[in-house]
Amino acid sequence: MDITFDHVSYTYQPNTPFEHRALDDLSFTIQSGSFVAVIGHTGSGKSTLIQHLNGLLQPTEGQVQVGPYTMKAGEKNKQLMKLRENVGVVFQYPEHQLFEETVEKDIGFGPQNFGVGQDEIKRRTKEAVQAVKLPEELLERSPFDLSGGQMRRVAISGVLAMDPEVLVLDEPTAGLDPNGRKEIMDMFYHLHQEKGLTTVLVTHSMEDALAYADHIIIMNQGKVYREGTPLEIFKQQQALEDVQLDVPEVVSFLKMARDYGLDLEYEGQTIAELAKEIALKVKGGGDHE
Amino acid sequence: MSSSLIIGQYIPSDSVIHRLDPRSKIAVIFFYVVIVFFANSVMSYGVLALFALSSAVLSKVPFSYIMKGLKPVWFLVIFTFLLHLFVTREGEVAFSLFGWAVYEEGLIQGAAISLRFFLLILVTSLLTLTTTPIEITDAIEELLGPLKKVKFPVHELALMMSISLRFIPTLMQETEKISKAQASRGVDFRTGAFKDRVKAVVPLLVPLFVSAFKRAEELAMAMEARGYQGGEGRTKLRELKLERRDWLLFAVFILLAAVLFLTRS
Repeated sequence: MDITFDHVSYTYQPNTPFEHRALDDLSFTIQSGSFVAVIGHTGSGKSTLIQHLNGLLQPTEGQVQVGPYTMKAGEKNKQLMKLRENVGVVFQYPEHQLFEETVEKDIGFGPQNFGVGQDEIKRRTKEAVQAVKLPEELLERSPFDLSGGQMRRVAISGVLAMDPEVLVLDEPTAGLDPNGRKEIMDMFYHLHQEKGLTTVLVTHSMEDALAYADHIIIMNQGKVYREGTPLEIFKQQQALEDVQLDVPEVVSFLKMARDYGLDLEYEGQTIAELAKEIALKVKGGGDHE
Repeated sequence: MSSSLIIGQYIPSDSVIHRLDPRSKIAVIFFYVVIVFFANSVMSYGVLALFALSSAVLSKVPFSYIMKGLKPVWFLVIFTFLLHLFVTREGEVAFSLFGWAVYEEGLIQGAAISLRFFLLILVTSLLTLTTTPIEITDAIEELLGPLKKVKFPVHELALMMSISLRFIPTLMQETEKISKAQASRGVDFRTGAFKDRVKAVVPLLVPLFVSAFKRAEELAMAMEARGYQGGEGRTKLRELKLERRDWLLFAVFILLAAVLFLTRS
């Protein structure tokens, strides 16, 4: 599903001393089937943005279009349930939303609310559990008996079982160990490719944005600060530093290398590719001496 | 976050009212609440209202904001007014409404009672608007201090109060977070039959309780780790001290009380 924000603004607690404009005349488009990373400092409006994607918040001004669904300021959307079925949101620390007696019931909770039949729920539960690599024996256990990492996986399968076309991920790996992070991110990427999902990832990790996204939106003070492919974005190190954001390791390494007389441009190389390039250059430099 | 209830919503500022000692604010409001019930003439209500309104102005809290916060209680004020208007059967008949006689006395009493009500709510919400919850519990602990002599657990009570006050916003945030997560999974909290809406609360309450208990445990552990053993011998970072402005407040208040009793009819 294509997602379009058209001059969207959102204000929290309007007309009080706590009034706060979280989104400020925001416009952008996310193409169907793309993997988009939304990056920004705390308070830049990322969370507010993603809550517009499934109608949890309604724009104070402007219009949000998600596939066939429109949310316009001041107008009630009557197809909110349909929209929410199609847009799965994995919130930060999603394990906090678990409540059922068994893992199986919790995973089936979403689909059941959207009126999916029992057999189909069973099938989806199985599929979702396999996708997140949870052993099937756990289905009968209480979600509160599991480890933190397992609870996270249960919560994620609960969203996957809704079989959404758009997947919104709000820092899905926060608080996990490096291994778990990579596993979960690889899993999302795999699903993204296999099912052709439109994926929106909110993250602080430049490495993740570089590794998985094909489009990056940088937010600052409720506005789109920069937008483009990872290559375009990470070439602008100064612009990123101006809003207190880092660049991926590869890019900052290249900058440091420049101080040592190694002049290489960033062209989207991985660390391994870069290592080869440097080796070549160092050897080549040896010839001139 | 969108709640219009202002009880407990502190608005930071550096007005005179904000800087008053919380003990004096609580004491004055307590006695104000008492003397409001002695007012019985136009003049006495006038001085009471003057006091409340000038405090509101001095507090620098935007007036529109106070009014908005009073919205939930307007209903009560109007209801009491109407009740008095139609039920009181004393004095002359002032006029009749839809064939129901409205008496003069009813009109007067209705107005007086609603004004009383309004003043009470105004001053008490001024307290919470200009005083942080921590200051309030500190002040209550001090004011209840004498009860320690009869083994009343004043410190523990104050601590319980400040902990609960401290966690109200946290729990509200948590509630909002979880209800959004469940709404994303297709729970509908707003429409549907009453039975369905009650059922929709379960996926909200269970996670909320789980996290509240977890928080409580963590808090207890953190307090113990920092050597907390109850109120015995515990010192305070902010000592409460009466300043000149506090004595000024007392003077104004005594003057108010005196004028009030002189203008009673």
